[in-house]
Amino acid sequence: MTGSAVSDNLPFVQTYRTDGLTALGDPTRRAIFERLADRPRAVGELAGELPVSRPAVSQHLKVLKEARLVTDQQVGTRRIYRVDPDGLERLRAYLDHFWDQALAGYRSAVEQRMKETS
Amino acid sequence: MNTQAAATSVRHSLVVDAPVEIAFSVFTEDFDSVKPREHNILGVDIAESVFEPRVGGHIVDRGVDGSECRWARVLAYEPPNRVVFSWDISPLWQIETDPDRTSEVEVRFVAESQDRTRVELEHRHLDRHGDGWEGMREGVGGDQGWPLYLDRFRTSAQQIEH
Repeated sequence: MTGSAVSDNLPFVQTYRTDGLTALGDPTRRAIFERLADRPRAVGELAGELPVSRPAVSQHLKVLKEARLVTDQQVGTRRIYRVDPDGLERLRAYLDHFWDQALAGYRSAVEQRMKETS
Repeated sequence: MNTQAAATSVRHSLVVDAPVEIAFSVFTEDFDSVKPREHNILGVDIAESVFEPRVGGHIVDRGVDGSECRWARVLAYEPPNRVVFSWDISPLWQIETDPDRTSEVEVRFVAESQDRTRVELEHRHLDRHGDGWEGMREGVGGDQGWPLYLDRFRTSAQQIEH
């Protein structure tokens, strides 16, 4: 827990950063990711469905790939992207988000309790 | 940084302006305020979430129709410093009945002063759920679990943004 010294001074910042959650923190990347969770798609398809240029889609896919949230595969002349079937990173991203929310609720409840007792 | 732990766990830490006894009791007695309601395994809305304050107890979501979902087992209960509970929800968003395939959550409450407490949460052994993912990948129509998680993720993310 060497990171705890940092989080002491920055309450509510994790002791380390989850790649998956960081990647999904961007609304466009989340939109891309959700479409890929629906079914595998090529870059061109994604660019056609979203108000984002093709190079921008490629850049977002690169981030998602680095975060191990999506994988790609060359199929003929097209590169097809899909949600990474190895779900650990997805599970982490989900749970990271869950606890982020839960601890925000917890903080409010503590503040409420302190008001009531003072 | 412990990168080995990082791969299979999620950690959060925060400091609250409250004595350690209160910090602990709010987490356990008022768990209903802690758990986001939209993360719900029941078929109906949740009326309340209850943390049963003893080893062998459960965390129970009670539905508005009286149905119950026991999705965690209390493994350690040490007021005011520590609780550990299991996470018995599979990646398919179902109750996991095999304890070997559940992860666990440890929450530690550390007094920094008389009226400040550091809360450290670790959700670990996430890889134990791994078989669930394997099955999902190979199963017919095997994307069932992930879209469910995704829907919840999307709903809650939107709520945070707004």
